[in-house]
Amino acid sequence: MTLELVLQGVVGGLLMGLVYALIAAGLSLIFGLMEIVNFAHGEFLMLAMFASFWAWALWRLDPLVSLPLTALLLGVLGWATYHGVVRFILDAPMLAQIFATFGLAVFLRSGAQALWGADFHLVKDPLVQGRVTVAGVFIGLPQLVASAGALVAFGLLYWFITRTETGLALQATAQDRQAASLMGIDTQWMFALGWAIGGACVGVAGGLLATFFYVFPDVGASFALLAYVAVALGGFGNVPATLAGGVVVGLVEVLGGLLFDPSLKLIGVFALYLLVVLWRPQGLFGRF
Amino acid sequence: MTRAWISLLAIVAIAVALVGAPVAQPKEVVVGVLYPMSGNAAQVGIDCVNAVKLAADIVNANHDLNMPLAKGEGLPGLGGAKIRVVVVDHQGKPDLGQAEAERLLTQEKVHALFGAYFSGVTQTIAQVAERNGVPHLNAESSSPALTERGLKWFFRTSPHDGHFSQAMFDFMRDLEKRRSVKIKSVAIMHEATQFGSDSAKVQEELARKAGYEVATKITYRDKATNLDAEVGKLKAANADVLLPSSYTNDAILFVRTAKNLDYNPKLLIAQNAGWTDPTFLKEMGKDAEGHITRAPFALDMAAKKPMISQVNELFKKTGGRDISDAPARAFTGFITLADAINRAQSTDPEAIRKALVATNIPADQLIMPWTGVKFDEKGQNSGVRAILQQAQNGKYVTIYPFELAAADAVYPLPAWKDRK
Repeated sequence: MTLELVLQGVVGGLLMGLVYALIAAGLSLIFGLMEIVNFAHGEFLMLAMFASFWAWALWRLDPLVSLPLTALLLGVLGWATYHGVVRFILDAPMLAQIFATFGLAVFLRSGAQALWGADFHLVKDPLVQGRVTVAGVFIGLPQLVASAGALVAFGLLYWFITRTETGLALQATAQDRQAASLMGIDTQWMFALGWAIGGACVGVAGGLLATFFYVFPDVGASFALLAYVAVALGGFGNVPATLAGGVVVGLVEVLGGLLFDPSLKLIGVFALYLLVVLWRPQGLFGRF
Repeated sequence: MTRAWISLLAIVAIAVALVGAPVAQPKEVVVGVLYPMSGNAAQVGIDCVNAVKLAADIVNANHDLNMPLAKGEGLPGLGGAKIRVVVVDHQGKPDLGQAEAERLLTQEKVHALFGAYFSGVTQTIAQVAERNGVPHLNAESSSPALTERGLKWFFRTSPHDGHFSQAMFDFMRDLEKRRSVKIKSVAIMHEATQFGSDSAKVQEELARKAGYEVATKITYRDKATNLDAEVGKLKAANADVLLPSSYTNDAILFVRTAKNLDYNPKLLIAQNAGWTDPTFLKEMGKDAEGHITRAPFALDMAAKKPMISQVNELFKKTGGRDISDAPARAFTGFITLADAINRAQSTDPEAIRKALVATNIPADQLIMPWTGVKFDEKGQNSGVRAILQQAQNGKYVTIYPFELAAADAVYPLPAWKDRK
């Protein structure tokens, strides 16, 4: 095992981890806001990737060009999901909440297959392609752009929830729904906004991912699983910490595979997840 | 009024039941067909189901093709009975395959089971068939272990990974002789379900026997979101030949990652599956140039076998694309099963099993490059022959065995920068 290979692993894991983190951000935001886990999150990602793919296939719009459109589309989808589904199960038992979003996931996945078939699709000749070599380490340009995009999106999200009045209202709603309501915050509107932002985040992630990853109806499932782990590592509802959670997942995945055995790489990820859930249920960076 | 309607309906129902009972036994043969129609391999499964439906139609309706049961309608051995298929989706899950096979036998009363692409799923279905004493014909699962377990009710028309891998090593030897090149080591990369694991196992054995060093053996999950570590390890091992056993999505991700990290062995010989999915070549384009895959079926052999084009034309009408390897094997398997049921002249399981054992379809009645269909004592078709194909100018062409080859093998793989 050469140093070069390990370095390559660190860079690859870091880049992928940032994308995982952005996928997880929406999940974490929604959970923090209303303690509902969106089991259709992976399917949101899948739809974002399909949106990017179709924009390319029909109008030759590169996923990076159509990114604002994808984000907007997924934001609307998040908003609609809140008003169409989630609003009715806010105070329902947890099991009902799980079934509602899980059912939505199955619906979206099967719908995608019925509409567009089960085949794999790739965006060919993306705007950004190729790689650069830095000190013997290969860095894929699409991956680099994707992770940079993820960082920018994270920065915007962080700025929004900590520096704007609406963002602070969002945080207040997350902390105490009733008190926020008494202070004149329209919590329904905040919830819908949370879903819209969560959707937009995964929309950006899907658009960035579509520049180098294949698209098909089941693509969301694998990413969603890693996103749940990233959320748990960062601490449920702690959006900035999700960034670290995602990066940790990306690094552990690649380095575990390189240093030990590739077949064990997810074992590292999930072992870490179990450790955190058992010993630091508030997450690596969470406070209770 | 309502009461009058109900009594009228009841009378009609009884009349239909009475009249219908003797007449409504147009003898039909029901076959339970299991494939993955959702999940990662959904498109392959859907293609296979289309191939099975085409095969059933060829049996049920009159077609002018030189293959068993094509001419005339239905199964003459059962007084013209038609074949009906009950298709179920096992989603690539072994437990679901097992449950669905049970349901097909108890609820749908099928006379035989057919499927199921994934070796891991085929295995659980084979066990259900074995327990219940019902014939199970498999057309495309390639784990050698399936026919090594001494199952009485399991039959496989397709070659398995032992045959295929043997062809790969024969090819490497012959290539070394022909081009006077030296191949020293191989790297094995395989997905972690039964297909990949068994394929890797047999390849490791064969490599050792043939005197090639196995530089590394890498296991990965086919649903992986990132293959950086795997490709990194392959690069470090730096073997002459890479032998991957992958499904479609992971094959796509692997090639993209290899390009990204500049990993390029001298030869890449794939164990079918992902590499022969038509989507793979369509999506990868130049990036797959020079890749070799084993294949039991080759569309470019139509020049030597006109029936291939005839069947392909029919397939395109329902399947919407060219028939490829997996559906061609499903098609051949289903015709074989229908042929056996016809000769059994009965839907009795034991009679069908005996007829399967006695199967003998000559080479000229197949769309496959085989010497025929004939089952050995383990239920494995002994007439199989594996061929190797290489992606050249965006199309797969047969390169081995040399006597069937349509083109010369390109060696070594072109460098990434030369594949523009």
